[in-house]
Amino acid sequence: MAVLELSGIAKHFGAIEALRGVDLALEPGEVMGLMGDNGAGKSTLVKIIAGNFPPSEGAIRVGGAEQHFHKPIDARRQGIEIVYQDLALCDNLTAADNVFLGRELKHGFGPFKFLNFSGMFAAAAELFNELKSETRPRDLVKQMSGGQRQAVAIARTRLTEPRLVLMDEPTAAISVRQVHEVLELIRRLKDAGIAVILISHRMPDVFAVCDRVAVLRRGSKVADKLVADSSPEEITGLITGAIESA
Amino acid sequence: MAVAAADERLKQASFLTRLMRRPELGALAGLILVSIFFYILASEQMFTLSGILTFMSPAAQLGILAIGASLLMVGGEFDLSVGSMVAFAGLIFGASVTVLQLPLILAILVTFAMAAAFGALNGQIVLRTGLPSFIVTLAFLFIFRGLTLVGLKWATGGSTQMRGIREAVADSALAPLFSGQAFTGLFAWLAERGMIDTFASGVPKVTGISVDILWFIGLAAVGTVVLTRTRVGNWIFAAGGDGNAARNSGVPVNRVKTSLFIITACCAALVAILTVMETGSTDARRGFQKEFEAIIAAVIGGCLLTGGYGSVIGAFFGAIIFGMVLIGLTYTRIDQDWYLVFLGGMLLIAVFFNNVVRKRATGER
Ligand SMILES: Nc1ncnc2c1ncn2[C@@H]1O[C@H](COP(=O)(O)OP(=O)(O)O)[C@@H](O)[C@H]1O
Ligand SMILES: [Mg+2]
Repeated sequence: MAVLELSGIAKHFGAIEALRGVDLALEPGEVMGLMGDNGAGKSTLVKIIAGNFPPSEGAIRVGGAEQHFHKPIDARRQGIEIVYQDLALCDNLTAADNVFLGRELKHGFGPFKFLNFSGMFAAAAELFNELKSETRPRDLVKQMSGGQRQAVAIARTRLTEPRLVLMDEPTAAISVRQVHEVLELIRRLKDAGIAVILISHRMPDVFAVCDRVAVLRRGSKVADKLVADSSPEEITGLITGAIESA
Repeated sequence: MAVAAADERLKQASFLTRLMRRPELGALAGLILVSIFFYILASEQMFTLSGILTFMSPAAQLGILAIGASLLMVGGEFDLSVGSMVAFAGLIFGASVTVLQLPLILAILVTFAMAAAFGALNGQIVLRTGLPSFIVTLAFLFIFRGLTLVGLKWATGGSTQMRGIREAVADSALAPLFSGQAFTGLFAWLAERGMIDTFASGVPKVTGISVDILWFIGLAAVGTVVLTRTRVGNWIFAAGGDGNAARNSGVPVNRVKTSLFIITACCAALVAILTVMETGSTDARRGFQKEFEAIIAAVIGGCLLTGGYGSVIGAFFGAIIFGMVLIGLTYTRIDQDWYLVFLGGMLLIAVFFNNVVRKRATGER
């Protein structure tokens, strides 16, 4: 059964029609590349899936059951994790605080629960290690480089075993070696049966890890096909509009 | 890609850097400096037990407000209406006791309920309209002050002062929680054994600790633990640092901020009850400009005006600095009216310290 099924998704922001009639289905362990020009509606689509705002029209089904997310935590409860394009980090907190924000580890007795700082630092350190990032859990995010910040946002999706991970340009600001680690992570997620939607402008990355690629152009889905049946040239044509649809 | 290049370069945060990161550092340094200043210039009376308790009392009344203000500021909002809320809550409390003749416990509940309701209203207006809390609560600064004047005249038949409040509730079992001194037995016991100073008659010079000081210390302790050790505290920092990011991470930002407005208003109500019980009366000028003093104490205590950074313990020290300066000047030959000059100066130094010195020292961008 599909982990995610979108049917007829549309989104209007006032007069702007950001999305129009988007259908999409994703099986467990399937990795989908979502491509499109700037402003095509990619971020809007994943934010709808992640519960940031409701679609103007259309239905979202997760594991077959229709969902109406009111806030991000609703989607998270359904096993949907997201790396936002702007990363959504609190600059004034440490890396570990950001990883655990909203699901802090606590210990204590009875009604008195206190933050388990050492537990969170250790767990965050392990997650950064897994990502081969030299991000230190106690550092303030404010003082971090783009790559370290991205590692924090990605580490956050690793706290639980999700069903679906949405990554909105997770490799936009990082070094070649770290891009490799992110792609490796996506492969591991796939092996664990977790579905992934990867938004990226980097054609080689998409062709390296994705099973399928969908293309959005001005709010409409113009292609959705197996990577094996397509080529970078065709996708580029679909993105720019040189090829109408496929 | 410039960001990527800096990626692997790591520097161990030095001890000094980590120390400089503590918000309350400046307030603690200020407290030490002010203590040294008065230790040299004031009569030695000031640092005896009775002298300390004398300046701790005004510090406590301001400090309870500053604790609320600092939590709210860390959460990224302001409340300029707390001073007027002290007057308004004083009116509600006084009228409950004298006009409605409610028992003390009910009068206190009514006062806190009213404060909580208006705190929630402040919060809801700010959150729903997206207007800066600075403006919304500035409106309530005037609204509460005006309501207090109108209400006082209405309740007393034309006066702006209401008397006879303490007499009405003096024999309530709850009264000792909100008025007078605590630990009087302990102090008498200590005096008997000559462990504290006594007058010639054998009566101790200090007969107890006034309850507002205990409220102040207790709330500062609870506030500090909540802010630094609990999940709610984490959420307050996150909400004040980047509300949108916090919301995306699953933090109930609106609930956190509304609660903070409620807590701030309830701190004002507590100060109102404590001061009305102490003086037995209330008047329209209660709490005048206390909102500014509370915010100054919070800023001296390390709170940033932009939110997401600060501490309760810092505000605690900040309020003690206030009390020390206010009372300390009377122990010196310095004209007391230098008080305001002194406070303005402290504020400037604190802001400078927070925004410039600290940023340099921690290398923050
Ligand atoms: N919150 C919003 N309010 C108004 N317009 C928005 C909002 N979010 C996105 N848009 C608009 O929707 C369109 C799609 O944006 P987006 O999904 O961010 O594109 P992409 O991620 O593909 O670059 C753009 O025209 C953008 O300006
Ligand atoms: Mg985008």
